Amino acid sequence: MDTGSAPRSVGVVAPQTARFTEPLRLRSGAAMDAYDLVYETYGRLNAERSNAVLVCHALNASHHVAGRYAGDSGSTGWWDNMIGPGKPVDTDRFFVVGVNNLGGCHGSTGPATINPATGKPWGADFPVVTVEDWVATQARLADHLGIRRFAAVMGGSLGAMQALAWTYLHPERVGHALVIACAPNLSAQNIAFNEVARQAIITDPDFLGGHYYERDTRPTRGLRVARMIGHITYLSGDEMAAKFGRQLKNGKLNYTFETEFEIESYLRHQGGKFSEYFDANTYLRITKALDYFDPALEHGGSLARALAPAKARFLVVSFTTDWRFSPQRSREIVKALLDNRCGVSYAEIDAPHGHDAFLLEDPRYHRLVAAYFDRVHREIAA
Amino acid sequence: MKTNGNSNFKRADFDAIAESIRPGSRVLDLGCGDGVLLKYLKGARGVTGYGVEIDDADVLGCVTNGVDVIQSDLERGLSEFESGSFDYVVLSQTLQAMMNGERIINDMLRVAREGIVTFPNFGYWRNRLQVLAGHMPVSDNLPYQWHDTPNVHLCTISDFEDFCTTHGVGIIERKVLTRGTPVSWLPNLLGALAVYRFQRA
Repeated sequence: MDTGSAPRSVGVVAPQTARFTEPLRLRSGAAMDAYDLVYETYGRLNAERSNAVLVCHALNASHHVAGRYAGDSGSTGWWDNMIGPGKPVDTDRFFVVGVNNLGGCHGSTGPATINPATGKPWGADFPVVTVEDWVATQARLADHLGIRRFAAVMGGSLGAMQALAWTYLHPERVGHALVIACAPNLSAQNIAFNEVARQAIITDPDFLGGHYYERDTRPTRGLRVARMIGHITYLSGDEMAAKFGRQLKNGKLNYTFETEFEIESYLRHQGGKFSEYFDANTYLRITKALDYFDPALEHGGSLARALAPAKARFLVVSFTTDWRFSPQRSREIVKALLDNRCGVSYAEIDAPHGHDAFLLEDPRYHRLVAAYFDRVHREIAA
Repeated sequence: MKTNGNSNFKRADFDAIAESIRPGSRVLDLGCGDGVLLKYLKGARGVTGYGVEIDDADVLGCVTNGVDVIQSDLERGLSEFESGSFDYVVLSQTLQAMMNGERIINDMLRVAREGIVTFPNFGYWRNRLQVLAGHMPVSDNLPYQWHDTPNVHLCTISDFEDFCTTHGVGIIERKVLTRGTPVSWLPNLLGALAVYRFQRA
């Protein structure tokens, strides 16, 4: 990384929309005849078209990875600390693409979009989408942008699953994969948390079987609880203890069911905020995509065989206090890559923040990603 | 685990290790520091492989040097690596700092055809002299004070060879060095650093 000048923001950005009219067959067997993908780009695609980096988003994020929108200072992108001029993914060198996944609720075709067959919002009829389906749509977006091969595909958590899937679905189109805070599939415990979240939404009386748009209502209570559960799993116990402990909001016990402990207040705040901007049908589908991700399944349980087509070089990063996708799960990915004699580096960052650490600005983590992208840049320049 | 200051300068055993490794082979470097040995071997001998390192700064150094590194504690063993998946596995100036030296030697011979270890010879006359004078040795090869040393299992050349005899380790090649110069006469007394290449006997 060029340390000569301080990292800056990519500044004001604007999303774009690409329309795809070639039907897409989904894993579930369903098909999408046409769909829109909303995306943003930062930096410049070089003449050789060799400096593109795809950033895949996780559960609640979007195409708005870096920068901010005009007139909205609070609209900073979700990975702005990672991506920008002079940042680990340096937009003075790389052309970075962020995309809102199919089924999302930030502008790409999703459950809230009008279904041309009925003239009403898709709602519950929007198909279940998988990590592999997303990769298929991202590949079409790459075609649309004239990107034959990404210098790197990167993501954290569910985004990392997409980066991993890219390497075996399109081995020729990925130079490097940065697989951060990932797991090769969800554990029973992970699926359990997702199922509780889904049940919170589905049993909300305002869910109306997923067709709540037409009735101009939203299952915000269910979504709020779903987000509260999710949030517990993103933080480490130690981090929660350090941040909140047993602190009381008003300094004394009230012997009621109002928020008394700071952690309750925090979770309610996070849940409330989330339920205002996120769509419940999207949330259901994204948790399903997480549950279904299991590349080894079609290969007799062998992750190494599943990853055998991969030609990319890998940086796998885990965080010591991440109990949702623990370092052990990343080591399974590393082992499969080692078995396949792939180029792989693995770092285990000693960070206190749990799963959320991948979004935060830990100097060891960011220096590592910066050094890795320096290497990617040297390869491109060579 | 604290390693023996193997970052950012050329290790004394660097050449002795490098010249034992055939071009184009697959190498695993345990306790690889910032990856200088692998970087050199990649460039000079066309080897492929990985380093294993626990230290954050060294892992970053490896990535900066373009060397693939797996951040891991050698005391946990080498379970990530398949049996027989390397031609050579190198353990440079780290054996004496391992809690379980026997286990790592066995693991080395599981993952690679040949192992290469290097260690400071505790039997070197200067070390003996310091002990005779009533002190734990401190020198270029053993730079730590007794109360602040990673070296929990120091041994002599004779000790290591006894270990090999009793543990089914066949020595292929031995190089003994003092200040980079080969020592052939009275190695356990006159040699400061030992380099062994070995296989399953």
